[in-house]
Amino acid sequence: MRQRLPVMLFALAMAAVPFIPGMPPFWIVLLDNIGLSALVAMGLVLLTGVGGLTSFGQAAFCGFGAYTTAVLTTAYGLSPWLTLPLSLVVSGLFAVVLGIVTVRLSGHYLPLGTIAWGLGLFYLFSKLEFLGRNDGISQIPPLAIGSLKMIAPDTIYFAIWTAVILCAWLTMNLLDSRTGRAIRALRRGHVAAEAFGIKPPQAKLLVFIYAAVLAGLSGWLYAHFERAVNPTPFGAEAGIEYLFVAVIGGAGYVWGGVLGAAIAVILKEALQDYLPYLLHSESQLETIVFGMLLVLLLQLAPGGVWPWLMRRLPLKPDRKSTDPSLVLPRRERPVDAGDALLRIEHARKQFGGVVAVNDVSFGVDAREIVALIGPNGAGKSTTFNLVTGVLAASGGAISLLGRTLRGASPQDITKLGVSRTFQHVKLVADMTVLENVAIGAHLRGHAGAIASMLRLDRSDEARLLAEAARQIKRVGLAAQAHMLAGSLSLGQQRIVEIARALCADPVLLLLDEPAAGLRHMEKQRLAALLRELRDGGMSVLLVEHDMGFVMNLADRVVVLDFGTKIAEGTPEAIKANPDVIRAYLGAVA
Amino acid sequence: MNTTIVLFLLQDGITNGAIYALLGLALVLVFAVTRVILIPQGEFVTYGALTYATLASGQVPGTAHLVVAMGIVAFGLDLIMRRRTLRLALVGWSFLINIVLPAAILVLTLALTGKDTPIAIDIALSLLIVGAIGLFLYRIAFAPIAHTSVLVLLIAAVGCHLALQGIGLVFFGAEGQRGPPLSNAAFTIAPLRFSGQSIAVYAVTLALIAGLWLLFSFTLYGKALRATAVNRLGARLVGIRTALSGQIAFLLAAVIGAISGILIVPITTLYYDTGFLIGLKGFVAAIIGGLVSYPLTAIAALFVGIVEAFSSFYASNFKEVIVFALIIPVLLLRSLTTPAVDEEED
Amino acid sequence: MSTLLGVSDAHIAYGKVEAVRGVSLDVAANEIVTIVGANGAGKTTLLNAIMGILPLKGGVSFSGNDLARLEIEDRVAAGLSLVPEHRELFAAMGVEDNLRLGAFRIGKVLAAQSLERVYTLFPRLKERRQQLAGTLSGGEQQMLAMGRALMGAPKLLMLDEPSLGLAPIIVADIFRTIGELRASGVSVLLVEQNAQAALQIADRAYVMELGEFVLQGPAKDVAGDARVAESYLGVG
Repeated sequence: MRQRLPVMLFALAMAAVPFIPGMPPFWIVLLDNIGLSALVAMGLVLLTGVGGLTSFGQAAFCGFGAYTTAVLTTAYGLSPWLTLPLSLVVSGLFAVVLGIVTVRLSGHYLPLGTIAWGLGLFYLFSKLEFLGRNDGISQIPPLAIGSLKMIAPDTIYFAIWTAVILCAWLTMNLLDSRTGRAIRALRRGHVAAEAFGIKPPQAKLLVFIYAAVLAGLSGWLYAHFERAVNPTPFGAEAGIEYLFVAVIGGAGYVWGGVLGAAIAVILKEALQDYLPYLLHSESQLETIVFGMLLVLLLQLAPGGVWPWLMRRLPLKPDRKSTDPSLVLPRRERPVDAGDALLRIEHARKQFGGVVAVNDVSFGVDAREIVALIGPNGAGKSTTFNLVTGVLAASGGAISLLGRTLRGASPQDITKLGVSRTFQHVKLVADMTVLENVAIGAHLRGHAGAIASMLRLDRSDEARLLAEAARQIKRVGLAAQAHMLAGSLSLGQQRIVEIARALCADPVLLLLDEPAAGLRHMEKQRLAALLRELRDGGMSVLLVEHDMGFVMNLADRVVVLDFGTKIAEGTPEAIKANPDVIRAYLGAVA
Repeated sequence: MNTTIVLFLLQDGITNGAIYALLGLALVLVFAVTRVILIPQGEFVTYGALTYATLASGQVPGTAHLVVAMGIVAFGLDLIMRRRTLRLALVGWSFLINIVLPAAILVLTLALTGKDTPIAIDIALSLLIVGAIGLFLYRIAFAPIAHTSVLVLLIAAVGCHLALQGIGLVFFGAEGQRGPPLSNAAFTIAPLRFSGQSIAVYAVTLALIAGLWLLFSFTLYGKALRATAVNRLGARLVGIRTALSGQIAFLLAAVIGAISGILIVPITTLYYDTGFLIGLKGFVAAIIGGLVSYPLTAIAALFVGIVEAFSSFYASNFKEVIVFALIIPVLLLRSLTTPAVDEEED
Repeated sequence: MSTLLGVSDAHIAYGKVEAVRGVSLDVAANEIVTIVGANGAGKTTLLNAIMGILPLKGGVSFSGNDLARLEIEDRVAAGLSLVPEHRELFAAMGVEDNLRLGAFRIGKVLAAQSLERVYTLFPRLKERRQQLAGTLSGGEQQMLAMGRALMGAPKLLMLDEPSLGLAPIIVADIFRTIGELRASGVSVLLVEQNAQAALQIADRAYVMELGEFVLQGPAKDVAGDARVAESYLGVG
């Protein structure tokens, strides 16, 4: 709600601009260019800044939008309004094809891949006969409403800026939703996202297509603004420039894209105007300065101008209020203590010639806390990964409530009621605790991307946030709910991970070294919380090195060494077991 | 399709491929040490080639002045960034590298430039000039952000490419140039004619590949360069000067780029912006090599050269489209076969 | 005993937040000194600043020389060595390459002697000399990190949480080695959360809370302090 007022003020201000008396027409042209660039940059914000996928190839998608309308309006006489959806669909379809190939690429292969197909498409545009080769296509009809033809820069201005503001609104809505959280979680790596039922390839493809459609829209507007297209504005250099625009503005922020476009367009104009006077040369000096500025900017303000600006404004962070009366349906759970929950039978995992887990069998019953201990490299993490579906077992059987987990993906296993925390905390540092925890409830919500963009997801969203708030309160972090997760201490972050896991409504909680880095008092609080959860019907399987913590908390302890189970029993029995002392505890215990 | 044409195309492809191999190797080297994906590698080629061609025509190239300008900026950066740890010895050293060395290069260039200067001296001067540009480029653009992500470094590299290409236009103009060949010898085997120049291309490529392999596999300094890339903080903690490692890598890359340029400028006319495309093809090879393997990169480069030669014969309009499309299946295969690493960016 | 490392009135800040406030400490030759305290107390920050990774306001001297104007690499050359919390090994390189690079600043002959000594201290590393560092178990990686730091023949070894994430039996092994180091003439500055083990082995101890030293003295006295016993040793 807070976001709405500034956006409406901005829209009103932009609508008033052409009516300012004495406004030089040239400025309107600049604003038109800013709007066109901002649309592409906004897509990049979502793709690169939020989703972590860098693309140097967005200009090519503008090309698809522009060429689609150019060909259809000139060669087939279609109305520009009819080509609008077609332009968007063509950009989107090419994004699907390129995206399926490209988004699978990891790390720096992705940006390199986009440079390659960006260049390839540029050459394709300039060689194809029906696209007019290097000359392109001219005499594209203007946009028209009734008899009003948008030929002058100050008429098409309204079409461009309506599109910018509408898209900004849709993008902000998308980010502030279940789907938006899934996209924002992508940067934190696959394992954490998958553990809560997010499908990273799908989420990546979604932002890829979204960014391409925005670029296609910009291309469509460009074609009717210039009323001619040629390959140059859709080449590799343009693609680089769009990324520059997004980075300059602040790649993580929707309005950063708009601001970046304004800075870049005005800067370029100024450079083109004044540099020749300064240096007495006709060459394209602005690219030199442009390149240097890009390098300088990365050194001085790698986050971009928008966040720098926002830090200097007295704005309070958005505090989402939650309604505690809203509840999500909960799953049925085995009620009786002692019922078998998780069964691991003769599990085996081999990496090449190394057997990491060798014929390990144990179980976790309902309302039970089981600890898995053993030296480093004993196979504890591998066992965890087998149970959560991150790795597939080479042999043996793992079942939950009698259902086999063979071949189940991490998402499936989460759905069955297993949720986990990580040895190295995997929270999204620039999201609030509340939003992070709400990721845990991802599978319990249903709203999709389109519904979120149009704000049709609000009741679903309110229930998710209410559940998140409830779990945060349960673990005792209510006071920190609206702080950024990255600003919490390591110990608190571990607790946030537990709240996130609880948000998935699990029957079995897997905790990977939950006490590491906690001080004595915090450990005691954690132990109390886990006992309380157990008494409320939860089962817990945990890996932990802190023997004091484990022995006071666990109902049963399983000891692994060299991938083999060497002992299982109550804490007292384990402490006295000579094999365990020799392999793990040493003389100290 | 007859055998002679096939052989011609193969020969053409291998000669181009050898150049791409050199560039691919330089890219791998720079990436391995600094994690920078060196987009401006193509500018090193252009600068090397056109500096050489300009010197050969008896004129002083603008790049010689650029070295001095970059040196001054680097010296200023040294003073500002290290003001906390500044000692007289460091200032003296910095002055020597950033001010005295470029000045000496400029003076040498001014003194030796002339119509009758032997080719060898022109080549040596070109390598000196471009090598120094590489050295300072790292110091100015990359050293201050050396700790950031591959992505940030990549964007900075793109910025450097834009700036250097623009500067290239100012120095060398929009006209293409050619330089004198290293040797005019030629001989014929069956239908194929081998020029001394193409033999030089093969020989230099092989020698450089062998040299790099020896450096990285067997010397402590080579390993220190690698260690810098694997873990910067770890490297500093054992006393490796990582900023120096980066500069050495850029120096090597610039020299290799310049050598490539000097090797091809007698064969093809080079323009101020030709280097970018040539560099990108080296890139395709380096990426196929996974940015880590020198031998794989060399083989991939030959493959790229041959594909290019054949497609320019059979589908000349779509030559570039085909070469750049090559990268997609390779990237796809790579990202499917490399185990999924859980990357994190913060 | 002569002072090897001297830190006086050190302030260390991240941006506007001061993580360490006005801390002074010294380590003498042939001494094991420990800094204990909870997570986030500023212990790691202090070690990193002594090494030159973070800027420090105040005085730092080593063997009588002012360290303020020296970069990390120069501090290594002066005989200071840090085994950082995250170990920072060259994961994609072999165990022996990691060790040889540890001796980057010293001559070949000395390096060969160092390697001999490290292999005697950690026979496990000799068995795994060809293995990639990244594939070692947690305990072996800690040994390699210590071994690499020792390769440069430092006068003072600073250890940041060497027991973190390790099995009790390995921890005992690591602490035994730390004791042996003193016998070979290397001083140790040890930062640990595992206060019990650290206080057992150290000569002197500092207790750090919220960026300040709240208690210091002989390790035995510190271990006997009622507050320390309650908040760090889990007794009482």
